[in-house]
Order: sequence, then structure tokens, then C-alpha cells
Amino acid sequence: MLSIDHYLFLSLALFIIGVIGVVTRRNVIVVLMSIELILNAVNINLVAFSRLYGDVAGQVFALFIIADAAAEAAVALGIIIAFFRNRETVLEDEMDLLKW
Amino acid sequence: MNAVVQATIEFLKLYWVPLLCGVAVVAILPLVAGYIVLVERKLMADMQARLGPMRVGPHGLLQPIADAVKLLIKEDIIPDNADKMVFWLAPVLSVGAALLSLAGLAIGPAFQIAQDINIGILFVVGISAMGIFGIVLGGWASNSHYSIMGALRSSAQLISYETAAGMALVSALLFTGTLNIKSIVEMQSKEGIWFVMLAPVAFFTYLVASIAETNRAPFDLPEAESELVAGYMTEFSGFRWSLYFLAEYTNMIVVAGVATTLFLGGWLRPFAHVSWLNFLDFLPTLILLAIAAYCVVRTPKQPTRVQQLFMLAVAGLCFVVGLVLLAPVILPMIKPSLASAVQPFYAGIHGGFWFILKVSLYIYFFMWLRFTIPRYRFDQLMRLGWHFLIPLSIINVLLVGIALIAGSYFGLHGWGLLLVTTPAAVIALLAALLILSAEKQRDAGHDPNAATDFYAG
Amino acid sequence: MLDKVLFYFFAAVAVGSAVLMVTRRNVVHGAIFLITALLATAGIFLQLRAEFLFIVQIILYVGGIMVLFVFVIMLVNLDVALQQIQFARQKWVALLVALALAGQVGLMFWSSGKMPGQGLPMLTAAAAEHLPPNSEEVAKSLFSSYLLPFEIASVLLLVAMIGAVVMAKRRT
Repeated sequence: MLSIDHYLFLSLALFIIGVIGVVTRRNVIVVLMSIELILNAVNINLVAFSRLYGDVAGQVFALFIIADAAAEAAVALGIIIAFFRNRETVLEDEMDLLKW
Repeated sequence: MNAVVQATIEFLKLYWVPLLCGVAVVAILPLVAGYIVLVERKLMADMQARLGPMRVGPHGLLQPIADAVKLLIKEDIIPDNADKMVFWLAPVLSVGAALLSLAGLAIGPAFQIAQDINIGILFVVGISAMGIFGIVLGGWASNSHYSIMGALRSSAQLISYETAAGMALVSALLFTGTLNIKSIVEMQSKEGIWFVMLAPVAFFTYLVASIAETNRAPFDLPEAESELVAGYMTEFSGFRWSLYFLAEYTNMIVVAGVATTLFLGGWLRPFAHVSWLNFLDFLPTLILLAIAAYCVVRTPKQPTRVQQLFMLAVAGLCFVVGLVLLAPVILPMIKPSLASAVQPFYAGIHGGFWFILKVSLYIYFFMWLRFTIPRYRFDQLMRLGWHFLIPLSIINVLLVGIALIAGSYFGLHGWGLLLVTTPAAVIALLAALLILSAEKQRDAGHDPNAATDFYAG
Repeated sequence: MLDKVLFYFFAAVAVGSAVLMVTRRNVVHGAIFLITALLATAGIFLQLRAEFLFIVQIILYVGGIMVLFVFVIMLVNLDVALQQIQFARQKWVALLVALALAGQVGLMFWSSGKMPGQGLPMLTAAAAEHLPPNSEEVAKSLFSSYLLPFEIASVLLLVAMIGAVVMAKRRT
């Protein structure tokens, strides 16, 4: 039978892959997509515990996380577009305007 | 491996009926879509005072089969720098999303592939929204200017009208209290009134939004031939193009199905519970026998033997289906003891007939609009979606909600709800006129020499 | 048994797509693999009998956020970026630290034994038949106990919408 461990390990695997994507890739859009992956891993965790305890609060919280992810993706992509218009780059190493 | 085999057997034992229905739908749907195209061409010809396809088969009735064979044997051309994997994937995504959303619809009380899902209507609407990826990725993978522009315009149009369509559906869902498709039709049966009468502004909004959702005229700028060649479909030829085409007509059937379920009473006969109108039960049979009689009358006028036999075959088919529809109505009259045994057959077959009739009427209206109204320019299209339909649908949700609260306060049911919802509809129409006049005033003060940004509202 | 096979299938698709997404050179391919990973996550939600969240994931995440991502990728798609180095200079150290984190948390999951419900079955087949309708439960909870977070989330979405429009507008 499936126990909570299965879902916890799946969620951990997705979380770690997301973290590796965030700290390793140079392309800022791939970093954003990895952040979405991290948020999804957290959602799986929440919904699994919600099913374990029969309490729907976990699913409601996951719903808020999805709404929040939408808001954050919209603003972050707006910032990337604005920056791209000025500097023609999407690589994080080249976004060094604030360097002294 | 043993676990997988065991799981497959368990799955088949539970779900073999929906699986069979699904296979039947996927097998029949391309044929149905082909004949919808033939009907469109014949209608277009009729409204333009000409005859349409007449050569292939009697009155062009075998034209879709000829078209299908041509598309299948055409050479598969892939543009030079196109991304091959995405080029292959894009039509598959479009067709997959369209067919999957068709699985959530109930074509009668007995025929539903994804049975009794809690989130019925939301499933259909949400999965059909995934077709946008087929368009965007197809346009990008073609590596051509017209394709990308067509894809961006088409997907911008789709996401703009999704909100208005969703809000219109919410106005009707306020009457049902549930998202389950069968419960929605049962609620219309219980109230005895179709929701189109209770929420006409929502029906109008959904009608306009669904025309835009399926890229039909007058909102078909992204795929019009004189504008962008064929938009995102330009570089796709042969079988790939026919997949996009099938996706578009399946989307039409899906939005017609959703509108029929929510607004037009699903599979209910008109005035389903008024017993003195029960003679309307004979209407399906009468319609089919009339078609059969017409085919028999036209048979001697066919030029060749084969075409005469074909017409007689069509007449025979309509006659047989008419008799099948007659049986569940006549048998309880002859032998009253059979009434309860025949009831599920009656509900299933007649329900299916009425649903298909209503969907056909909705699609006929789509085609009628296509041949009548000129195309919207893209910025006019976006402005209509954002500045008119979305405010109208949000105001309508508020007004229908207030009307419902007033209705339950006074204890109104069924046709009595019309007392509260008609004022709500009138106020919504006044709000619509207000928005339109405000737009006109803004246009009057607009500088005609300023640069137009096409993607702004 | 069907539950188990479904879970392993969706889990394999999710993890496989995630790995592929993080390693692709072409960002559009990465976006397609993220879509597959999100669809597999929606499948996991469905397998956990959270139907409302399944369809919300598909409508919002796949049909909304990913469409936004694909649009922006097409806007900023540079052929130059395709030829450059894809991974940052700190990739080996970063990988090491991430794997250390994974090992730590995994060890905690494996060996605690005191976690609530560990080792016990999640949902028996009998209990699965008697679940209350999921949409109604979520709606009841959302509009009564969690009404304030709901309203705050709508203000957040409004602010994000205004912010995105202001950031992306062309300054004429």
C-alpha cells in the first residue's frame, strides 16, 4: 500500500531538482521555471498530508500557493522583459548593473 | 511486472464501458467533423446563391471522404530550420486537448465517457484551454514570420475571451450549486426552465466568447487567408493540417456541448415536464421520417444508378433510426406494463437526439454568422473582449447573484425566478449600453494619428 | 494495486521531466518538459482524490502560468544564448551542497519512525468510496474559515497584475 513516505520522497526529489536548477543554470528563465518546480513539490507535500489527516486545509493552502505562484511568475517575467529590452541578455552573469 | 498486469486487469474490469465509449467517439469523430465541413460548404453555397460541392457522390455527399484521402496521401513537408520534435508535438497537443475535453461531456443521460466527475464543467473548460499550447508551439516551431504572428495573435485572442466565457458559465452555475454535468441538467429538469431564459445575458456572452475561443468568423483574423496566409497552420500540410482542422471542429462541438448543457437544457425535451405537451415526443421520429421521405422523392432525379442507390440507402438509414426512436414512445401506449422497462432506453435515445439537435443548432448559428458578418480587426477584437465582454460578464454575475438571493427570500422556484432575473438582465443590458457609449466617447476624443499598439485592449 | 501503479507512473514522469527540464539547452524544450512535470503533478493530485486541485493546477498552472512563460521565452529567444555555456561557474559546488541537503532530509524521513502515519496506508479502498465531494469541501473551507486569506490573495493578484503591466509596458 502507499504510505506517506512515498509522497514525501517524491516531493523531496522534485524539490532538490528544483534547487539544483535554481543554483546551477545561467538562464534566468530556467531559474524561474525551477522555482515553479519547487513550489509544486511543496504542493504535493501539502496535499499528501491533507489526505492523510482527512483535513481539507492542506488543499486550501496549496490553492493559495498556486495563486501566489501565478502572481510571482507574472511580475518576475515582466521584470525580465523590461531588463531584456535594455540589455539584450537573459543570462544571470551579465545582469551586473549594480556591481561597484 | 506482475503488479502492472494485475493493475491493468483491475483497471479494465472497472472502466471497460467508458473505454469502449471513448474508442467509439475517437473512431467516429473524424467522420463527423468531415461531414460538418460539408454542411458548412453547402450552407455557405446556399447563402451565396450557388450549389457547393456537387460532383463527388450524390449532391457532394462523399466529398469529405475524398478530402480525407487526399490529406492522408499528401507529402509531409517540414520547413528547413524547424524544430522537428516540437513540430511533431504541436498538432498532437491541439487534438489531444480537444478530444480529452469531449470526454467530459454527457451526450444523453446514458452516454458519458468520464462518468460522474465532481468537477464536470470545469474539467471540460480547463482541458480545452490546453489547446492553446498546440497553437503557440506550432507557430513557433514553423520558423516563419506568418506562423509566429498568427500564433501569437490567436493565443492572445483565446486567453482574452477565456475569462469572459468562464464568468458567463459562472452566472449559470449560480443556479445549479454544483459542477457535475448530470446534476446541471437535472437541476434544469427540476426547475422546469432552461437557464437560457434565466440568464440570457450570460448566454449571449458565452455565445460571443465561444466564437472567439474557436477562432471562427467574425473573429478568425489569425487564420484568415487574406491576412496571414493561414496563421499558425501555414507550414503544416497533409495529415498534420488535418489534425489541426479536426481540433478546431472538435472544439466547436465541445463549446456547443457546454452551452447546450448549461443553457439549453442538455438532453431535455422542450417543456420536459408539461404533460399535455407529451405529443412532442413524436417530434424526433417525424423529423427523421421527413428527411427519409425527402431522400426518396429526390431519388429519381439522380443522374446515375449508384447515386440513386446511395440516396435510397440514406433514406433507409433515416427511416430505421426514426423507427428506433418511435419504439420507446409507442410501446408504453400499447402495453402499459412495459413502461418502466422501456424508460432508460427512452431517456437514453431521445436524450441523445435532443442533445445532438441542440448542438447542431448552435453550430448552425456559428456557420450562419460566418457567412454574414465581416471580420473584426485584431485591435477591435481585443477591445471587444477586454473592454466590453469582461465587464459585462462580471456585472452579470453580480446581478444574477442578487436576483437569486431575492428569489430565495421570496421563495420563488422554476418559472417564478423569471420575476427576479428579468430585471437583472435588463439592468445588465443597460450597463452594456453604458459601456458602449463610454467607449464611443473615448473613441471620439482619440487622436487618429497616434500609433496603434495592436496588443493593447 | 491500481493506485500504486498510477502513483509510480506519475512520479516517474514528474521526476524524469524535471531532470530533463533542468538540463535542456533549448529553453522552449525545457518549458515543454515543465508542462509535462506539472501535468504529472496534477495526476498525483488526482490520485490523492484532490479533484478540485487537479483541475485548478491544469487551468492555472499549465493553462495560465506556462502560457505566460512560453510567450516570454519567444519574446526573449536569442540564438546567441543557445550557443553559450548553460551552467554557472559554481555548478559543482552547488550540486554537492544540493545533494548534501537531499541526503540530510532523506535520512530524516527514513529513520525517524515517529512521524505521524509513517508506514501506514494512506487511503484504504473502502475509505476512498466514502469521501465527501471534494469541490464542496474546499469551497466550504475556503469561504468560511479561510475567507481572510482568500481576500488577501485577491488583493495580491490585483497588485501583481498592475505590477506586471507597469513593468512590461513599452515606455513611449
